[in-house]
Amino acid sequence: MKEHVYDTTYLRTRDFEEGKVLFETWDPNAKYTWDAGIAIGKFFQELKAGRLIGTQCLNCQRIMVPPRMFCEHCFLPADAWVPVEDTGTVVTFSLCYVTWDMNRLEEPQIPAVVAIDGASPGMGILHLLGEVDPKAVTIGMSVKAVWKPAEERTGSITDIRYFKPLGGF
Amino acid sequence: MGLLYRLSKPEQAIAWEGDMPITSRYTMGIAGERFFRAILDDEALWGTCCPECDVVYVPPRLYCERCFAQLDEWVEVPNTGYVYTYTIVHVDMDGNTLEDPRIMAYVRLEGTDGGLVHFLGEVDPEDVGIGMLVEAVFKDKAERKGSINDIAYFRPI
Amino acid sequence: MSRDRVAVVGAGMTKFVRRAQETGKELAWEAASKALESCEMTLDDIDAVIIGSAPEAFDGVHMKSEYLSDGCGGWGKPVIRGYVGGGTGVFSPIQGWYHIASGLFDTVLVICEEKMSSCQPHPQGAFLTIFDNFTERPLQPNLLWIFALEMNAYMTRYGLDKRDIATVSVKNKRNAADHPAALLGDANITVDDVLNSEVLAWPVQRLDVSPVTDGAVALVMCAEHVARRVTNKPVWVEGVGWNLDTAYWSSRDLSYPVYVEEAARMAYKMAGITEPRKQIHIAEPYDPFDYKELHHLEGLMLFDKGEAPRAAADGVTQRDGDLPVCPSGGLLGVGNPIAAAGMMKVAELFWQLRGEAGARQVPGTPKRGLAQAWGDLMQVGTVIILGA
Repeated sequence: MKEHVYDTTYLRTRDFEEGKVLFETWDPNAKYTWDAGIAIGKFFQELKAGRLIGTQCLNCQRIMVPPRMFCEHCFLPADAWVPVEDTGTVVTFSLCYVTWDMNRLEEPQIPAVVAIDGASPGMGILHLLGEVDPKAVTIGMSVKAVWKPAEERTGSITDIRYFKPLGGF
Repeated sequence: MGLLYRLSKPEQAIAWEGDMPITSRYTMGIAGERFFRAILDDEALWGTCCPECDVVYVPPRLYCERCFAQLDEWVEVPNTGYVYTYTIVHVDMDGNTLEDPRIMAYVRLEGTDGGLVHFLGEVDPEDVGIGMLVEAVFKDKAERKGSINDIAYFRPI
Repeated sequence: MSRDRVAVVGAGMTKFVRRAQETGKELAWEAASKALESCEMTLDDIDAVIIGSAPEAFDGVHMKSEYLSDGCGGWGKPVIRGYVGGGTGVFSPIQGWYHIASGLFDTVLVICEEKMSSCQPHPQGAFLTIFDNFTERPLQPNLLWIFALEMNAYMTRYGLDKRDIATVSVKNKRNAADHPAALLGDANITVDDVLNSEVLAWPVQRLDVSPVTDGAVALVMCAEHVARRVTNKPVWVEGVGWNLDTAYWSSRDLSYPVYVEEAARMAYKMAGITEPRKQIHIAEPYDPFDYKELHHLEGLMLFDKGEAPRAAADGVTQRDGDLPVCPSGGLLGVGNPIAAAGMMKVAELFWQLRGEAGARQVPGTPKRGLAQAWGDLMQVGTVIILGA
């Protein structure tokens, strides 16, 4: 099949730096404003007050976090706001040593999926872990939200600084 | 709640601002590299020719879009042509009024099936007309970078 | 349901490179013209064109298929672009299939292209917006997080050894050493090289990951009456399937790709496959990361849950093993120009089933192969089954 492969021209980084190849650059310069919408808007109001909240579909009984205005399984409007806990279980985690543009981090970030207590099983959210030795993190570990002080909270997912191990670890 | 739920206070409406932190870097391509090099080095415009379909592409292409043949026949084309159509631009990209309106035209290059979108210069907007003969005005060599902006504008002949 | 049979009769591709000088449309033309040449067809023989390409932000071109269309042979023809993120490369030939199976067209040209090198400083910048704008992006996540979180969930759920997983990367990069279009073929790479490579987001290390790549792949597909005329070795589309899981990725079972299973069930049913382990002779599952190949093999029901890593380490998935997996070299070895990478797998089945894979040829006479891709918000599975 070798004859069916076109011999494409490849470039090296230095071909750009040394002016061996012509190119144009363009910065899209597109700034977006995304509306939080109904369900997440309310979720953030509650975060500002130091609480986590979900919605429940009374048809399948699921309690969904983050909250949604409709149940994607039943395709019906969600029926009720339900308070949930600010504790949960680590479903999975990583120790991340690079930024998105591939610069090295000395101290790893610890992203994790945390299944929130009081929500239906498997309702996980993405957040970071803190106040923990990276080597001591385990799947199944119980964690609790560490909130910013009330006056610093803005109605954002970052009103929770991170989740830390619940006592006993 | 459900779909009937509404925010009770406008300040509850939350928005998050962001962007996409990328810069696009476009290579000119195989045909484009040769086209822009000729502008940069020689103030010359080149096209590619498909003898089969009797088409001269400007800007040049590596292949004929009609018969898909690779195009190896390069022809230098005149830097003159006629205004196929034009518009007078009064606002910038953000909608601000321009002090001096700019004339944008599609210039069909002589003897080709293609042409270039570019500015018209050395002419008043009211004097521009479709069919007007124009020629490319190149920037000085020192200012040229191998870009469409190496042509300053087209002006009436 | 009665449908016209559909065959793949031609394939072509560009070399996969880190940075191509070609524009996206020039890459598309290079692949498309090679595919047409391979079956001695011209653009006049083509009734419709299908274009597959992943997010616009990579190439930095909006309305990407309109931009690519002339290089794809779309001049004056019915053209459509399908898009399911990383799943596109297998979805595009599925679109080719239903364009023809519906009876609407006799012959279609399918092209998948990606020019990721346009995206500076790193294509990850374009991926950032796939995270939820409110509940995730303020945490400043990067794309590696999702994969690392999924890989850890998979490893922990089944007690997997990273050494076994690393054998996938070694196998694919070695297989790719025999692929004339490969970017990262390496006949001498070892498991220790993978295990000693830089830790990016534990458990993901540098050599667990496929590279940023530019490239294009094209296929010619046609109805049976055309196929019989143009070739004595048509490769038939026997089954297709696709499926999406929830968009809330953090609520999914990250240790098992149920959406791949659903897509596979759809394709197996159409192909009349009841025992995939016996009836599939070559598999080209999507392998942007080494663990993903294993994850997908389990979703495809070709191995039991948690069993694929051990089988890989035991050599079952080697080119001369019981079930050759990614004999092409996959995304890890040939490269990962997203949509083009997925369709490279379909092209590989085409060459393998015709006995034209050269040094990569799987021994015996494989009769049936499966290719699978994965993408969107990490929740789509796309599956195609080809038979000689």
